[in-house]
Amino acid sequence: MSTLEIRDLHVEVETESGPKEILRGVDLTVSSNETHAIMGPNGSGKSTLAYSIAGHPKYTVTKGQVLLDGEDVLEMAVDERARAGLFLAMQYPVEVPGVSMSNFLRSAATATRGEAPKVRHWVKEVKGAMSDLDIDPAFAERSVNEGFSGGEKKRHEVLQMALLKPRIAVLDETDSGLDVDALRVVSKGVNDYKATSDVGILLITHYTRILRYIAPDRVHVFVNGRVAESGGPELAEELETNGYERFTDTAESTKEEQPA
Amino acid sequence: MTDTPAASTGGGSTTAPGAAVLDVDPGIKTASSPKIAPWEERHTSYDVESFEVPRGREEQWRFTPLRRLRGLHDGSASIDGAIGVSVRAGFGDSATDLTGSGTRHETVGPDDPRRGDGGIPADRVAAQAWSSVEQVHVVTVNEARSDDEPLTITVTGPGAGSTAYAHLQLRLERHAEAVVVLDHRGSGTIAANTEFVVADGAKLEVVEVHDWADDAVYVGAQHLSVGRDATIRHTSVTLGGDLVRLSPVINYRAPGGDVELDGLYFADGGQHFEQRLLVDHSIPHCRSRVMYKGALQGAERGTAAHTVWIGDVLIRKAAEGTDTYELNRNLLLTDNARADSVPNLEIETGEILGAGHASATGRFDDEQLFYLMARGIPEAQARRLVVRGFFGEVIQKVRVPALRDRLEAAIEAELEVVGV
Repeated sequence: MSTLEIRDLHVEVETESGPKEILRGVDLTVSSNETHAIMGPNGSGKSTLAYSIAGHPKYTVTKGQVLLDGEDVLEMAVDERARAGLFLAMQYPVEVPGVSMSNFLRSAATATRGEAPKVRHWVKEVKGAMSDLDIDPAFAERSVNEGFSGGEKKRHEVLQMALLKPRIAVLDETDSGLDVDALRVVSKGVNDYKATSDVGILLITHYTRILRYIAPDRVHVFVNGRVAESGGPELAEELETNGYERFTDTAESTKEEQPA
Repeated sequence: MTDTPAASTGGGSTTAPGAAVLDVDPGIKTASSPKIAPWEERHTSYDVESFEVPRGREEQWRFTPLRRLRGLHDGSASIDGAIGVSVRAGFGDSATDLTGSGTRHETVGPDDPRRGDGGIPADRVAAQAWSSVEQVHVVTVNEARSDDEPLTITVTGPGAGSTAYAHLQLRLERHAEAVVVLDHRGSGTIAANTEFVVADGAKLEVVEVHDWADDAVYVGAQHLSVGRDATIRHTSVTLGGDLVRLSPVINYRAPGGDVELDGLYFADGGQHFEQRLLVDHSIPHCRSRVMYKGALQGAERGTAAHTVWIGDVLIRKAAEGTDTYELNRNLLLTDNARADSVPNLEIETGEILGAGHASATGRFDDEQLFYLMARGIPEAQARRLVVRGFFGEVIQKVRVPALRDRLEAAIEAELEVVGV
């Protein structure tokens, strides 16, 4: 049983006109076997929340706490957070030329598991996970994300989640840029991992579309750098019908900065 | 091959101060471009006195710290040593003496008629070495050698404090094939001409390694002659030396020539590594590919690591059907390093298959580092993965496994210097 607690989190980024506060007091708790959807308009700070949890150097936490089972995540380096069981599926996965996917996956699995996986078992495990996500085995020898289409990148993010087996996974707009078939494959990958683990999921999205495939237990409306309202799946239905107007009318929207 | 910069970050500056080029694409220049001397005026001669003593302002010399050439450029160097040349079959500990008559090593005088088959000196240092050298090493391959048995030619410097001129010619006769490691080691001050004469239908893969001692100065001209339907893959590796300046020139002799020039260099503080390439497409239906990658780090001995890469590609009016692409990438691992990168492409005919170039110099990519670390990989290991990946394209093409291992180990050792 794991719990990620975010308490009164304030985060700012450096801009040309000085520091700018993006997150303005986020409170959120995600536990094992729960799926929380975070929904909000562009610029509301959703991605900043994702990257701040993962420890991207661009974001400065000015106030608040992030705890994983009581441990202070903000004190950990980026790699330590991953080894502690946090995972971020990125909206814009980074290309790493010259580093093969298979080498990368094995290095990551060795780091997060604390020992190198046995070769024979590992090869089988990777093949199986790739096949579940309809990924051509040839991708194993390609450079990490290099020349991948948007959908291929997202599949590989979910592949990494399946292999690294995090306790808490943050999925940052994993649905964006996917056609219906790709969305179905990616969602199945997430659901398969949910079914075989106790993972707690923070699903960040702009659209309700992905929630038809991945059922949330809780829905949080994210506006202007904080959670404006929380509820059950019915809150997503309301957003589907009425959009974000009810929430944005009362809150001034801020432009969200994202790492390239 | 991608056109992504070797390193870029989401915002802010990605080059160290003084880095000349950041992801530039200077575009295709016309023959009248003021930056390049008109090609018809490019001077070549065996006679040292036909070249003026460089003062440092000349296009050809403007990046080179002349005072560190120890008089190689102005006639004041005094020759008091000699290079050593050994030729062995195989590479590494298992190498053996040459047997049979298919490959032979001769030492001949400077009047040997074969000298100059590769090309003619185009700068004063090369002409000085040409006019002054007393002994010429000729290695001739007249057989199709197996890939499993590369030739290793080891060139050893005259020793610290000594100066020598060198002349080496590697000849591949018609339809000969060879994989060659041309390994430069030791110390001293050396001016050299190296000729690669590859006859019709022959196939040469050569890895030229400059792994000099810290105090060595080496200024070398490489003359590559490409016969009809001949293939050359030349990989240039520069790892050590105080100053290393290499000037390869590709001379096509007949249609069908196919040349790949790869390069890898890793400069530490105090080191000046310079590469000046000229691919002279004077003949129709020839191909060239250039891919040089460099990493720089540190500022020991008070001087920043400095690399210079000049890639001149000329497609002359007669060279219809030319297919060429050149690329240079530089990775600045620390501040205070300087990488100059100048690709030049001049085209005098429109009847070509393709011509392109790319150049990028950037700092270590923090986004790549973040991505790898976000998967649990510790920072030092993540940095190594990225640098290894950066050079991987070049190293993977080297067909001598033991040499690949040595190059990978050399890069690891370089990275440990700055605790990356």
